[in-house]
Amino acid sequence: MNRLSAIVEREMRKFFRSPMLMVMSLMMPILQLLIMGNAFGGKITGARVAVVDNDHGPEAVKLREGFDSIAVNIKTFTTVEYPNEVQAREDVRTGKIDAAVIIPPQYSRRVYAQDAPVIGFVVDNSDLFTSSSLESEMQLLVTALTTPVIQPRLANQIALEIVELYPYVNYLKFLLPACIALAMYISVMIGGGMLYIDDKARGVHEGYLVTPITKLELVFGLNTAGAIKATLAGICITVIGSLMAGLGIVFHPWVMLQLLALILGTSIAFNGMMFLLMVRVEDPLTPRAMFGVLNLLLFYPSGAMYPIASFPWWLRALSVVDPFTYAIHGFKAIILKDGGFQAIQFDLFFLFVFGIGTLLIATPLFKRTL
Amino acid sequence: MSTPATSATTAIEVAHIVKRYGDFEAVKDVSFSVDEGEIFGLLGPNGAGKSTLIRMMTTLIPLTAGRAIIAGHDVAKEPDAVRRMIGVIPQALTSDPDLTVEENLSIYAKLYSVPKAERVKNIDQVLEAVDLTKWRSAQTKTLSGGMRRRLEIARGLVHNPSIFFLDEPTTGLDPVSRIAVWEMLDNLRRTRKLTMLITTHYMEEADKLCDRIAIVDHGKLVALGTPIELKHNVPGANVVEVHFDRDTEEWQGRLEKLDGVTSVQAESAGFYRVLTSSGSTTTMQLVELAASLGETLTSLSVQNTTLDDVFVHYTGHQLRDEQVKPPVFTLPPRPGERP
Repeated sequence: MNRLSAIVEREMRKFFRSPMLMVMSLMMPILQLLIMGNAFGGKITGARVAVVDNDHGPEAVKLREGFDSIAVNIKTFTTVEYPNEVQAREDVRTGKIDAAVIIPPQYSRRVYAQDAPVIGFVVDNSDLFTSSSLESEMQLLVTALTTPVIQPRLANQIALEIVELYPYVNYLKFLLPACIALAMYISVMIGGGMLYIDDKARGVHEGYLVTPITKLELVFGLNTAGAIKATLAGICITVIGSLMAGLGIVFHPWVMLQLLALILGTSIAFNGMMFLLMVRVEDPLTPRAMFGVLNLLLFYPSGAMYPIASFPWWLRALSVVDPFTYAIHGFKAIILKDGGFQAIQFDLFFLFVFGIGTLLIATPLFKRTL
Repeated sequence: MSTPATSATTAIEVAHIVKRYGDFEAVKDVSFSVDEGEIFGLLGPNGAGKSTLIRMMTTLIPLTAGRAIIAGHDVAKEPDAVRRMIGVIPQALTSDPDLTVEENLSIYAKLYSVPKAERVKNIDQVLEAVDLTKWRSAQTKTLSGGMRRRLEIARGLVHNPSIFFLDEPTTGLDPVSRIAVWEMLDNLRRTRKLTMLITTHYMEEADKLCDRIAIVDHGKLVALGTPIELKHNVPGANVVEVHFDRDTEEWQGRLEKLDGVTSVQAESAGFYRVLTSSGSTTTMQLVELAASLGETLTSLSVQNTTLDDVFVHYTGHQLRDEQVKPPVFTLPPRPGERP
């Protein structure tokens, strides 16, 4: 036990003597949270929409009043008067404007005659996000215009009433669970994988191997230190990220306990996985080369950015064995849903079993000799 | 279970050990023994198999064949017992640069399960022995190369081993630091009664430090004895080094015919090393011969037989020949350049 603690002591002293390691572990996830959280998930504002009014009737005026209301209130787009449809189409194509509304001649008459009135909407669908937002806004406007002012006593259409279980989750909050897992992965990759191989290459392990330390003491000492480093990184990013995203729930003692259990499970899983991958590696360049590939293979199939339900079968299969999947699911369940231990019990089970399992496979592969 | 020592005075006994990597035999049937309190040197060029030998003796790599008994324990059967008895200084500087001198020593003492009170005392003693007491709180990365090497030595002693293995302990050090390390090792041997096994490719180091020397070349032990015994085995008491202004093929034959000459080695163009039983007679005859032939001597020196001569005698080549290998790859000629 004394020898195991000596390994942990050495690793932790090194860790605290190199604050850059801690900073770099946290820097990328924090930047990701800051930049991606603010860049994605925001609403489209200030788009330019051309209006070609070939009608000038009362219903066309109502429609244009609706546009003005959008421009003033939710500011999705502002309108620009265009004299003809050809010019408007050309300007949408060349990107001078984002969309064009074509109000055809006789539009008002057709509305009053209930003779299938149609408004043309020209969009630049090479930008799916902007065009979808404008389409959605226009659809809402058209629906509002066609809804009778006086509602019939008996509804003649099926209505869907949406009940949102949780408060509004913006993209920053949505990203936080993924960023916590990512910070821990980076900590394990740098503080565990890279340092371990660097030590091997520098001959530090040769120094260990001539002492009476056993293989188990060495393996568990290195992994305990790695798990402590990843846990510290996880705690730091949880606190910093929650403050950035405005999530006060993480400071509730019961939630803190759940988070701590999940952070610990994730640390053990990530460490076990990394130790298994690195146990026979000798070249210090290998973990550096693996860093990006592993990140891609583990982070994106986990449902961190996009729902697993939308993946093809082979990507779903990868997500099933990916510890990131369970870590991120668990963090979402606690941070965004306050689901309690019940919501994360399978995640915890998987992470601990995965971590211990990979460590048990790695231990016999660890060479006690050079 | 420990087995009793094979002999009361034998610290290391190596019998017919072999190390193979696939078809390549790095160590070929090497046998020797080291007495308690002795400083034993393994001398040979880089790639001779010295480090492989020391790594087998220190349990770092398994033996392919043969037996190594260290402090009475079989390396293959009782590696843990061996590890408790030995201190090892690897070739590379392996102390952690981010930790302080004292922290490095403390962690290694813990790895050897040295109790706390003893640990504190041992650290004080070894720091004193290697003259690093006032640097105990300094981060290792701030130390000079020589100081770091002394720290490595202190680290190897912190658990009071009875046998000390040092793999090229002065490689990379400047001459002043090298002499300081030699003095320190000699002092340690006297005060701690340590048995030491040192690998080196420095002749002077082996000559100054070691009680006995084993010359290793291409994985084989080619000679073993005290430095004096080894030198006596070389025919000729003196070495005359002569450099002629003009090199001709006849010089080799002319030199061999001089009185007392036992062998002549052509080192480079016009430069010869002549082993002779009488340095003064050979020198006088050589000067006379050169004068009679109208040849000019650029330089002439006479010295006693050195370990360099011993090495050449037993291996047939210079130690430095192995250290400076010719480039394996030659650049192709540039486009348009004549070969």
